[in-house]
Amino acid sequence: MDTTTSPVMTGAAAPSMVRRNGETIGFVIMVAALIVAPFFVYPLFLMQAMCFALFACAFNLLIGYGGLLSFGHALYFGWASYLAAHAAKVWGLTPELAILTGTATAAVFGLAAGSLAIRRQGIYFAMITLALAQMMYFVALRMKFTGGEDGIQAVPRGHLFGVIDLTNDMTMYVVVLVIFLAGFMLIYRIIHSPFGEVLKAIRENEPRAVSLGYKTERYKLIAFMLSATLAGVAGSTKAITMQIASLTDVNWPMSGEVVLMTLVGGLGTIFGPVVGAFVILFMQFKLSVVGEWVLVIQGVIFVTCVLLFRRGIVGEIAALFKR
Amino acid sequence: MPVEVDLILVTEGLTKDFAGFTAVGGVDLQVRRGTIHALIGPNGAGKTTCFNLLTKFLSPSSGRIVYNGRDITAMQPADVARLGLVRSFQISAVFPHMTVLENVRIALQRLKRGSSFDFWRSKSVLDEYNDRALSLIDDVGLSDYALANAVELPYGRKRALEIATTLALEPDMLLLDEPTAGMGHEDIARIADLIKRVAKNRTVLMVEHNLSVVADLSDTITVLTRGRVLAEGDYATVSNNPEVREAYMGVGHA
Repeated sequence: MDTTTSPVMTGAAAPSMVRRNGETIGFVIMVAALIVAPFFVYPLFLMQAMCFALFACAFNLLIGYGGLLSFGHALYFGWASYLAAHAAKVWGLTPELAILTGTATAAVFGLAAGSLAIRRQGIYFAMITLALAQMMYFVALRMKFTGGEDGIQAVPRGHLFGVIDLTNDMTMYVVVLVIFLAGFMLIYRIIHSPFGEVLKAIRENEPRAVSLGYKTERYKLIAFMLSATLAGVAGSTKAITMQIASLTDVNWPMSGEVVLMTLVGGLGTIFGPVVGAFVILFMQFKLSVVGEWVLVIQGVIFVTCVLLFRRGIVGEIAALFKR
Repeated sequence: MPVEVDLILVTEGLTKDFAGFTAVGGVDLQVRRGTIHALIGPNGAGKTTCFNLLTKFLSPSSGRIVYNGRDITAMQPADVARLGLVRSFQISAVFPHMTVLENVRIALQRLKRGSSFDFWRSKSVLDEYNDRALSLIDDVGLSDYALANAVELPYGRKRALEIATTLALEPDMLLLDEPTAGMGHEDIARIADLIKRVAKNRTVLMVEHNLSVVADLSDTITVLTRGRVLAEGDYATVSNNPEVREAYMGVGHA
């Protein structure tokens, strides 16, 4: 056996090495760009974009690697931002504890919604996630603490660990960057873990995974919870950074926007959602002068992407290098 | 009832109704340990339904399934697989966008680690199964394809991969659903040979249309028509049974 093993294994290294090298280079470029960027671009914009990028990465973990299309991810993003804002403003918690509060909220909602949704597949799964998210949108609209149409405004950024003042945008930027990178690396690890292998197998052929003895529903539920929790990290961080939690973040167009970001960037690619989030936000930022028309332009981009660049920006670039 | 022989799988009055249509009606099956048992019959006889019932992918309307002396009638499919009763599928069941090596390794991962909920660990911990995976891949003649994606394999090779993946679980009993369906001559010979080899220390129950494969491999043959057992015995007994000839000739050649 050993004689056949060694040549095959040296061969095995080749394609995965190319991929890994590509990812390492991509990661270095991303980190470098994010370190340099605040000196050239409006830091508030960058921080917001990083929050959305993490949100899209969390969403991509579920659809791109688990094959599960959630159409209600605004629920975790939005509710986490409410709870984080409330914790910081009303309970007076430090920012890291406020973010933890929001994240825990998203995890609990993820567990509840996930255990209902994973019982169904495909479009039914998507519809259950959407229905639950809309239900919770109306709850958010009606509840007192969310401030209804006004949202929770003037959320204090506070002092990190009670010591570091986050009022300065550059200080805040470092915190958001660290949270984003930590979340990104955690997602990378999940994808490349023994759990991630099973998740991939379930996406590829669920009945076969069952026939091998995997209890696929548990894996799907854990993936759903992880995705919701990380969406919660993104939502909480955004609430603290932008100092506001509002209905926009919990309503269904937000669930659609995260789908758009992921598709434009590249579904099932590790950097795709990051690129997608930055592209979409940059567009909204630059095109805000044309008002409502930005939605029309977004629609056109969405259709173009699906028709011409099915793999998304990052997916197409990766395919170019493979050739 | 022959209680003195060692039976690995027994069904009693196994029945499945689909909205008024009885796909499988009161099937009593007895599979002896260490044999190759074939399930044959014309199209629509209920063979695949039977398979789905045995592996719990469908729940029986009535009847009992006993595997290794244990009632598995109410079990979940994943639990049945964990008891060592592992199935293949009619349509080749591979993980298309994973390599041949990864396909086999995912089965080893289940066998060796049970569950893999550890999302915080690097998957390099799975590399220790590579040697075992490669030797299984070698056994089914796929060494040259170890790093190809399963989707790129020709059909016959996919079936071979499926068998390698199934064998990785070291099952006591294999259920093969039409292992040679859609294959050319050389592939059929190779798979038949493979089945013969893997059946040496385990039990095989297979649905198969190719009667020469059935004749060549099986110790026992059960003939199903319209969801019921028509005849049972070795190939000579079954092929000389007038009712079986009638069923096959009447409904068309298998």
